[in-house]
Amino acid sequence: MFESNAFNFSLFNMQFGINDLWIIATASLVAAANALVGTFLILRRQALIGDAISHSVLLGIVLAFLATDSRSLPVMLSGAVAIGILTAWLSETIHKVGRLQSDASIGIIFTLFFAVGVILISLYADQIDLDQECVLYGEIAFVPFDTISFGGLDGMSNDIGPRAFWSIAIVFAVVLISISIGFKRLETVAFHPSLAFSLGINVVFWHYFLMTLVSMTAVASFDAVGAILVVALLVIPASSAYLLANSLKSMLWLALIYSQAAVWLGYLASYQLDSSISASIAVCAGLLLFMTILVLQLKQWRLRKRSVQNA
Amino acid sequence: MQDFELLHPPSLWYNLQLFWQFEDINVLWVLIGSILLGMSASVIGAFAFLRRRSLIGDALAHAALPGVMMAFILFQTREPLVIFSGALVSSFLGFFIIDWLPKNTKIKPDAALAITLSFFFALGLMLLSYIQGLNIDNKSGLDKLLFGQAAAMTSSDITLLGYVAVFTLLCVALFFNKLRLIAFNASYARTLGVSVKFYEILLALLIVMTVVVGLQLVGVVLMAAVLLTPIAAARFWSFNLNSLLALSAFIGALSALISTQISYLAPAMPTGPWMVVSLSVLFILSLLFAPQKGLLKRYLQLRTLRHKVAKENILRTLYKLLERRDFKQHDFNLAEIQSLRNIDTHKLKTWLQRLCKEKLIESSSKGFRLTERGLKHATALTRRHRLWESYLNQQAALTPEQAHLQAERIEHILTASQEQQLAEELAYIEMDPHGNPIPKAEESAKNNDAHRQKLNRAGDSNV
Repeated sequence: MFESNAFNFSLFNMQFGINDLWIIATASLVAAANALVGTFLILRRQALIGDAISHSVLLGIVLAFLATDSRSLPVMLSGAVAIGILTAWLSETIHKVGRLQSDASIGIIFTLFFAVGVILISLYADQIDLDQECVLYGEIAFVPFDTISFGGLDGMSNDIGPRAFWSIAIVFAVVLISISIGFKRLETVAFHPSLAFSLGINVVFWHYFLMTLVSMTAVASFDAVGAILVVALLVIPASSAYLLANSLKSMLWLALIYSQAAVWLGYLASYQLDSSISASIAVCAGLLLFMTILVLQLKQWRLRKRSVQNA
Repeated sequence: MQDFELLHPPSLWYNLQLFWQFEDINVLWVLIGSILLGMSASVIGAFAFLRRRSLIGDALAHAALPGVMMAFILFQTREPLVIFSGALVSSFLGFFIIDWLPKNTKIKPDAALAITLSFFFALGLMLLSYIQGLNIDNKSGLDKLLFGQAAAMTSSDITLLGYVAVFTLLCVALFFNKLRLIAFNASYARTLGVSVKFYEILLALLIVMTVVVGLQLVGVVLMAAVLLTPIAAARFWSFNLNSLLALSAFIGALSALISTQISYLAPAMPTGPWMVVSLSVLFILSLLFAPQKGLLKRYLQLRTLRHKVAKENILRTLYKLLERRDFKQHDFNLAEIQSLRNIDTHKLKTWLQRLCKEKLIESSSKGFRLTERGLKHATALTRRHRLWESYLNQQAALTPEQAHLQAERIEHILTASQEQQLAEELAYIEMDPHGNPIPKAEESAKNNDAHRQKLNRAGDSNV
């Protein structure tokens, strides 16, 4: 795909360059961070709020950009986190105050936020480096071309790699640290919310904590995979893991494994078909889930057959 | 248009006039098409909403994408009917997966929705990017599906949209009774021998069809809002299904009208997002200002009730004081009232002033005293309070202290007939559990009944 002579190796007759490595590294961090956060969303049955936040984040990014004229990570992150939490809070409030079904209130809020985001992009199209399609499927193939460099005054700039890679790396580290520090609490809140409440754990705090993580992960993944594929990476590997795991720890590990498998398979598929990399990754995640379900169904079917024979 | 005219671009107003003259027949068609879509999507979305599947439209719209791309790859044409059929097939597939997953695996319904939505969408994008690499003619415009652009629609697109919208509205009108029954009580419908399965599939078909034709106008991502928001807004105005449907159809049509205007006046603006924004504005207006269930109305009712409670508490306190002085001393000052009821001096003064204005009490040099009317009112309140205390004490075996706390709340909303019933059940008891006499019933209490019932409704909805 990209011609780069600095570094080459081949796999299945494919030529890999340094750019491909950056893309794969970014994609695998994106997938890993989403898988970890997604696990908690699946367990807490909040897949839809994940969907909502990953859409609303667009508005956060656009507003942060319009307000500060900067695309630096802290600005984007704070915009996205603010909008993410606002989404979660508003859906909850409309659900309670308007006495509306909770999925309906989620749907109203995130479609509005997303629509406003898209309108702002078309209004300020000449100022914002985001176009409508990029909002939906990101463009991970362009990740290697937007790099961070230091120095440069003396003409010797020091390129440390793609911006998107470093932003997702930082977010991934934050997610990893938060989960390992809050593991016990998160576990209790995820499996026994009422027990957590009676133990004096601040359930509301952990709810918004999780929403913050989701927003951060979504915004860092946005460049790479766009709004809707964030949902795929949040929900699909974690669901596959949910089918097999018997503890939170094993579910987290399985989700990681599934996500990494999806990244590699997806990258190979996109190389062969010349299709969008991030879409292929999401499709592969879906196919892996489909295969897991198939295997489980076959196993169940065989068990049932055996029990019929025994009886 | 010639160059010199561009120096004076036509004003917004002029463009608006141009729009309504319908000189451009396409504009008229787009307008009619989007209004029809707005109406049919709102009506069919209402049924999805009532069945607690509000976000099904979201998932189905995303699920249509790979079908569109597949149909294009297979037939290499943008003929609306071909694209429509492709989308229909893949949306239906999505629908069954959403249904199948939670029934047969551990996966929960919300995750099933998110999985289907994102997987199908990813598949659609993968195919779209694959198509971009193919050497096929007229592939541009396929990506218009993502955000919807009314201006990009051809007349055959609009014709198809019109047929589908009219078909949907006709189906709903024709099977209205059955659909209503299933929406509210599917198991009851089953016992009546209605083929629930058939109507469920019909409903699914109507939703899928509406979503699919709506894609070009509204776009994949925002189609959910067109199905969901009108009914959510209409809910604040009415309880009755007929008027709910009519209202949400009206809201859908109105938002279609607004968004077509905007996208005509500013062609760079995508139609779909503006439709969603106008829908959301209508929703927020309904949420705040709807006459029965709007937040403003509810806030006002709550405030009225709170004022009534505060005032009645003071009246009853005055009665109690009166009773303690064996009805000999009539005037009480602030400190005496505060000794029985813990209330901030400033607030107490305000309430006393209001009570004076309503001629329930009057102020004298020595303090405040109940007027004739005020005394009647206070007596009735005390009677209710003590009857309820006795009732709880006897029937629910609550201690007098517990009973008192309960009665503090119920005295404000008991009606005269309930009071009568209580008195009968308690065999016209004369003493409450604290040993205080229960005042006798008065005729005047009944006059308050109608007013009281009105306030009760306000109270019920806020407890």
